[in-house]
Amino acid sequence: MARTIIPFGPQHPVLPEPVHLDLVVEDERVVEARPSIGFVHRGLERLAEVKDYVEFVYVAERICGICSFIHGQSYCQAIETLMKVSIPPRAQYLRTIWGELSRLHSHLLWLGLMADAMGFESLFMHSWRVREKVLNIIEATTGGRVIFGACKIGGVRRDLDAETLRTLGGQLDDIEREAREITRVFINDNSVKDRLCGVGVLGRREAYELGCVGPMLRASGVPQDLRLSGYAAYGDLVLEPVTRSEGDSYARCAVRCDEIFQSIDLIRQALSRLPGGDIAVKVAGNPDGEVVVRAEQPRGEVVYYIKANATKHVQRFRVRTPTFANLPAMLKVLQGCDLADVPILVLTIDPCISCTER
Amino acid sequence: MSRLALKWAFKRPATCRYPAEPRRIIPGSRGQLMFDADSCVFCTVCAKKCPTGALSVSRSPKKWSIDRLLCISCGYCVEACPKKSLELTASHGSPAVTKDREFHEAPAPKPAAR
Amino acid sequence: MTVECIAVESLLSRVRHLREAGYRLVQIGATRLPSQIEVTYSFDLEGELIHLRLVLASAEIIVPSISALYWCAFIYENEMHDLFGLQIDGMTIDFGGQFYQTAIQHPFGAPQASALPMSNSHPVVAAAAVKS
Repeated sequence: MARTIIPFGPQHPVLPEPVHLDLVVEDERVVEARPSIGFVHRGLERLAEVKDYVEFVYVAERICGICSFIHGQSYCQAIETLMKVSIPPRAQYLRTIWGELSRLHSHLLWLGLMADAMGFESLFMHSWRVREKVLNIIEATTGGRVIFGACKIGGVRRDLDAETLRTLGGQLDDIEREAREITRVFINDNSVKDRLCGVGVLGRREAYELGCVGPMLRASGVPQDLRLSGYAAYGDLVLEPVTRSEGDSYARCAVRCDEIFQSIDLIRQALSRLPGGDIAVKVAGNPDGEVVVRAEQPRGEVVYYIKANATKHVQRFRVRTPTFANLPAMLKVLQGCDLADVPILVLTIDPCISCTER
Repeated sequence: MSRLALKWAFKRPATCRYPAEPRRIIPGSRGQLMFDADSCVFCTVCAKKCPTGALSVSRSPKKWSIDRLLCISCGYCVEACPKKSLELTASHGSPAVTKDREFHEAPAPKPAAR
Repeated sequence: MTVECIAVESLLSRVRHLREAGYRLVQIGATRLPSQIEVTYSFDLEGELIHLRLVLASAEIIVPSISALYWCAFIYENEMHDLFGLQIDGMTIDFGGQFYQTAIQHPFGAPQASALPMSNSHPVVAAAAVKS
């Protein structure tokens, strides 16, 4: 049978960020997908060798717009581990709260994009409408909607005052109520189930061996969640990884829907146990040595490797983002799928290409 | 979904018709940087701390300038200023079509009293 | 962090042991230092992270690919080839340098001494220009 090559991206309505796939298609079945990235490559890893390690927090946050806070937090954690600085408990809790708010807004964004990929425009708009409420909370507490600017080496830059803490509970209840309405549609609607059930199935063993991380892995039944390792304040909070066993796109959607409520619960737990005290410690000197820090981003496990040699600039700054680890799985599920399922399958890994290419 | 659609069919739209309707300003938001030339002593600490290089200060002649399009509203200069001459307001600046630097000079010294 | 420095020849056998023990590949990263290149392979089993490191004297040394053991390694090896110019032999899927499209070939291949040119508006560069 004759093969056609159809280019997908870098400009495509479903893609939040540009990635190029050459789809080798026989009739309407995709036989192979050849990826090509580099459209958003900004060379941020080299920039770490030029910028002051204290200033670099701003650059680390700007690796990605959706998962920006956890990038900044992981960078600060890595430098703090290298310099053997332990930050105050209140700062740990505040970072956890903002990290979970970041996860909330990222999952709501993804739900909207998935609805848009299926053609369900009104559900896309409703998901993003609820996301606006989360962004308003983030703007009121940190000052920025997308790039928080809240982390610094040694702690956090802003505190939550009593007035904010009082109103936050009511706002979270509001978001939870609206999120339940929306996730009910994602879980129960027949047209959603038609598009998502049975599409892109990854078995448990296969998902583990392909190096999948995050909701991609948890939807195939592997309960792996880096938050269980207890970084920031997660050691004090009660957390159970959300898993499903079917391993198809519907399961991944359901895992992300359930993680929204898990994040709201974690924020409530953290708020109820928020300790008093300082929000930052003074840090002096230069980092030296090498360290690997792992955190759980909305898309999965992110690995930060920093090598420093006691100067103002770090020698090497390497980020292995979760989307990069999920790319082989995406290429695997694209083999043998229908052409019409390609947008769903590309979105099902929650692609954050600016993270991937740094 | 029909319940959601029906509910929102009779409600006011959630979208704000910006700029015809003004946007609700959230206090605490990091917006435009405001500079007070009267209290500034031109120590140049803010320019050294600025991560993007948006600020440029010289001691003689006493000039303070900012490239608004490079400013990321991080607030590092606000924290560093010893005389509290810098402040981040909650409103964002107006769009620009050219990349200009904004210059401020020290106010002329008041004549000595007789 | 526990780093085990190994020789290029023993890479495949060491990785085979880890595969049989059930470790999962976390990342493969390269660091270009002034006199050598370090390639670090990170593996994880139930939260425990171990690292294998190859120290290469130059980018011309051919490194065997581990993608026969870990299929997902091809994506890291292609990225290292495209960014650093490392020669990796035997990748299951080899994009031939077309994976990471950049304007300059092997952008991370330049040694650290030649840092990025800073823009003219950066205070350090502007101050230097004013002085001269």
